[in-house]
Amino acid sequence: MRGTDFVSELEAAVEGAVIGRELETLDPWLAISPEKLLETCRWLKESCEVRFDGLQCITAIDWLETDPKKASKVEWEPHTELVYHLWSTKARASLVLKVKLPRWKDDQPGQLPEVSSVEGVWRGADWHEREVFDLSGIRFLGHPDLRRILCPEDWDGYPLRKDYEMPLEYHGMRGR
Amino acid sequence: MSQILDEDQRIIEFDVRTDEMLVNMGPQHPSTHGVLRLVLRTDGEIVSEMEPHIGYLHRCAEKIGENLTARQWIPYTDRMDYLAAMNMNLGWALTVEKLLRYQVSEKARHLRVLITELNRIASHLVGMGAYGLDLGTFSPFLYAFREREKLLDLFEEVCGARLTYSYITVGGMTADLPPGWLQRCEAFLDQFEPVIREYHTLLTTNAIFVKRTANIGVLSPEMAIDYGCTGPVLRGSGVDIDLRRDGESIYTAMYDGYAFEVAVMKDGHYPRDHEYPAVPRDAVLGDCWHRFFVRMLEVVQSMDLVRQSIDRYSQCKGPLGEPLKLAEKLPAGDAYLETECPKGQMGFYLVSDGTSIPWRVRARSSAFSNLAVSPELCRGCLIADVPAVVGSLDVVMGEIDR
Repeated sequence: MRGTDFVSELEAAVEGAVIGRELETLDPWLAISPEKLLETCRWLKESCEVRFDGLQCITAIDWLETDPKKASKVEWEPHTELVYHLWSTKARASLVLKVKLPRWKDDQPGQLPEVSSVEGVWRGADWHEREVFDLSGIRFLGHPDLRRILCPEDWDGYPLRKDYEMPLEYHGMRGR
Repeated sequence: MSQILDEDQRIIEFDVRTDEMLVNMGPQHPSTHGVLRLVLRTDGEIVSEMEPHIGYLHRCAEKIGENLTARQWIPYTDRMDYLAAMNMNLGWALTVEKLLRYQVSEKARHLRVLITELNRIASHLVGMGAYGLDLGTFSPFLYAFREREKLLDLFEEVCGARLTYSYITVGGMTADLPPGWLQRCEAFLDQFEPVIREYHTLLTTNAIFVKRTANIGVLSPEMAIDYGCTGPVLRGSGVDIDLRRDGESIYTAMYDGYAFEVAVMKDGHYPRDHEYPAVPRDAVLGDCWHRFFVRMLEVVQSMDLVRQSIDRYSQCKGPLGEPLKLAEKLPAGDAYLETECPKGQMGFYLVSDGTSIPWRVRARSSAFSNLAVSPELCRGCLIADVPAVVGSLDVVMGEIDR
């Protein structure tokens, strides 16, 4: 979705939601403040002229360089990024939302970062959020049934994090 | 008279005290299309709640993708929707090409249309045959696999594999067509065209089949969009979206100049480009029958597209072009692309930090979202209808679990 009109409308409707933008790239995206995510999504689906009625995909990207030699050269601080791919069936247009979260809540390893669930906006977010929780370890507040979906329920760790290590043993089976 | 009988039966049913029971279907249940486990909460024959349990085929494809170059990940896409591996290859190849801002030769584009549409036919044949199996009829399965076998032979000639092709790759194709292949492909189409009428007699218009599928598992267009359902599931609910027409330009450019009509019911009728059986009286838009019928229409539509692409491909004089290097360096940035695969819109997301190995790869599975809606469709239906509903979604577990 291109065009700045639409962004200023969003800024007027949900104050402080847009904290960054890149509209001239391959897939134009908006950086959304995590506190305003739910409100933004609701506006995009229900009030915006181009109704973004489809949530296609939620992706979590773990920005952590585990190689100490390379870690000093990267320009970013370690963080987790949530990417939402939205789609409008009416306008045949897509929009990307990016939400920046810490890797751990309050920088306490083991405390999952939290963001509000958009399950109430798009029902399809249910399984996508469960998958992100399962594989990347992000807690979606307000999700009705946040359980692991692909891994077994007693699995340990979040496999798509960059510092994940396979368990040595799982129920008597060798892991590595 | 019959009305009174019906009412009587209902009274009897309510008189019999039933207990709520948890019924486990799968993960090896034959009608679950692979390793899918469904937990049903039932009251007598009525399903009050259904919950799918997935993940039995999870192979960490996304994690593996963070350790390989973009082109090396192509064989892993084969193993997602293994019934339509060509379409999976194409989705990932186009995503990488989108990030690289690379365009393949015209000849390669027509060859891609040709091969992916053939694979769509093969995938829908399995979908149709297996759906018959779900509903308890064995013969359509054999008829479908007889034709699919010929398609697999064609694919084998092209790339040496019958299921996991890795034929379409980043920057083009791994090889050109072998000599005489186009004639054999045309011979297949000529022979296949009349067979479709057989399929319609076997299933589409079969009275038992219609009874089992019409007005069962009705999915409203609003709910389909809300759940992110795509492909024949979405079009079966009457939503006119097909990425081959409505997608991003890098994908729709492949279909430039091709004549095809999206298989969807518009103003009460399906495209009239060919002779099709009439919609049964009991069928309601969005039910299992319509989802099945859309797939059958797409088989014919894909045949038309294959014929068109054969003409265009043979008219292209230039070379096919070589695929990109195995360790082609990717520019920093991200690209997301969805393509119209037989099961629905398959999306790939590629995040690169500027090296040849992606920082993150993501596969957005169409069948994952399509299956997510199944608890809604099964609420309140009979146990025997559960395979009918799940089968009509045409899920492939390799793609859901990745």
